[in-house]
Amino acid sequence: MSISIEEIKRPENIVYGRPALLTDNVMHYCPGCSHGTVHKLVAEVIDEMGIQDKTVGICPVGCSVFAYNYIDIDWQEAAHGRAPALATATKRLCPDKYVFTYQGDGDLASIGTAEIIHACGRGENIVVIFINNGIYGMTGGQMAPTTLLGMKTSTTPYGRDPKLNGFPLVIADMIAHLDGTAYITRQSVHTAAAARKAKSAIRKAFEYSQKGIGLSFVEIVSTCNSGWKLSPVEANKWMVENMFAKYPIGDIKDVLK
Amino acid sequence: MAEKILMKGNEAIAISAIRNGVDGYFGYPITPQSEVMETLMKEKPWETTGMVVLQAESETSSINMIYGGASCGKKVMTSSSSPGISLMCEGISYIAGAELPCVVVDVMRGGPGLGTIQPSQSDYNQIVKGGGHGDYHNIVIAPASAQDMYDFIDWGFELAFKYRNPVVILADGIIGQMMEKVEMHPMKPRRTQEEILEVAPWATTGKPAGRERNIITSLSLDADIQERFNRKLKTKYDLIEENEVKFSEYMTEDAEYVFVAFGCSSRICEAVVDELRAEGIRAGLLRPITLYPFPTAEIARLAKQTRSMMSIELNLGQMVEDVRLAVNGQCPVGFYGRQGGNIYTPEEIVDAFKKFNGLA
Repeated sequence: MSISIEEIKRPENIVYGRPALLTDNVMHYCPGCSHGTVHKLVAEVIDEMGIQDKTVGICPVGCSVFAYNYIDIDWQEAAHGRAPALATATKRLCPDKYVFTYQGDGDLASIGTAEIIHACGRGENIVVIFINNGIYGMTGGQMAPTTLLGMKTSTTPYGRDPKLNGFPLVIADMIAHLDGTAYITRQSVHTAAAARKAKSAIRKAFEYSQKGIGLSFVEIVSTCNSGWKLSPVEANKWMVENMFAKYPIGDIKDVLK
Repeated sequence: MAEKILMKGNEAIAISAIRNGVDGYFGYPITPQSEVMETLMKEKPWETTGMVVLQAESETSSINMIYGGASCGKKVMTSSSSPGISLMCEGISYIAGAELPCVVVDVMRGGPGLGTIQPSQSDYNQIVKGGGHGDYHNIVIAPASAQDMYDFIDWGFELAFKYRNPVVILADGIIGQMMEKVEMHPMKPRRTQEEILEVAPWATTGKPAGRERNIITSLSLDADIQERFNRKLKTKYDLIEENEVKFSEYMTEDAEYVFVAFGCSSRICEAVVDELRAEGIRAGLLRPITLYPFPTAEIARLAKQTRSMMSIELNLGQMVEDVRLAVNGQCPVGFYGRQGGNIYTPEEIVDAFKKFNGLA
């Protein structure tokens, strides 16, 4: 005897669901990419806090340029690197809103360094979600400021050489020195446990942004299995073994602790 | 009677912003327009009207703050001078592409490069013809007095919201620095949130359950969709060209010779017309007040009745190209200009005029 899906979908059977704020659009991200998981966590936090009508998201240029297609809130699409400037004005003009930027490492750590540093310096009451996968994903795997030494990318085909290409930029540690930052944490989403912690961090960042105590910054050390030329499973392993050494997981600053 | 106060053009911009219900100013210091932000900071409008004033880390950041603020349906503006405006042109292109309203003030100085800090009109091409990438137009309005600086803020925002388009007030170091009497108009309150929802239903005001999400973007990867958008912009620009051309004329009715000049140059050319009239030469002046849309039809009409026209500009000859296009060969078109921050005297222009017309 068979049982229909409708019979199974009874409230007493449902222990987990897709967040209501994720749209039905099919995500363009590669299988194994961290973006999809982080999008889901952000959507869950906004949903659970009941702040859909009070939230404005700012998209970057990079793989997550189309984040606005996936989370059902109002969005602004910024020029490359400029999201913190848009967020600054949005938050100052609409202080009751929850304002967050969602940026990759090419966007935030390279072309957008002035905007992120000064948003931190001014203590803007915004949330920054920073996806750090050590590579430019959308343009086809070029070196990012966060690329590890020795790491091969399309513009460091023999591995990143500090004499040629300089050293990786560790943004979260840099901005921790600034008085305008309130909460800085580094997380990952490669296991269910890690994703749960990342979600708590995102929620805390959103809550802090309404306290008037400065900028909250959640770095997610992420995989780019396409750019890294690894399978999703191998990419997770490579991240744990290599990325975590340079970008260790955990809270870096919390002014309320 | 309305109150009249002696102030610099740059100060008039700041005072007008506060008195016309502007929600936010985001800027970066640069000569010769720094008095705009200085005046705003001194006036502390956040304590009275609630206007936000913020000194950004660069012009790049300022214009992107304008993008963010305009996305929220707010009346936001910035000001800068030529090199700073170059940096802003990328952002202005995005603002045009996302169809956002805003007002940008360019108090022009000499260029290229760092150039000089003295007055110039050398950003005409940059502002009127584009500056940023892609097919777009700024609506460009050119003040010729401190009073214009005051009045054009309100007019600029009216145009910006009517067409969801960036408006540039193209001033110069003379208009910015010169002190003149400015008549204050009654205060206009800032828009309430309800009014913003009314005039800007497209804005990112937070998505309530009952509507689709609002997305402010200039991105479209589909060529057909992008082309449709480009054509939609063209329709908008056609409407602007049809409805918003503004100019003033001085003694053109019986003029045999017509000068075309905007901003501070139009003030100087009025004196030139007076001098020539005193000598019995029937000269007149057309001052384009909107540079985009350009008063093409009026120049073409005047070209029919005149012996020649002459464009007078503080640059190497930029607007003269638009004058020639409008005249379309109906009469000779001359040019006289000064550069580098130097300013012509009326006598100098009279001499150039006589030389060009074989009257010397």
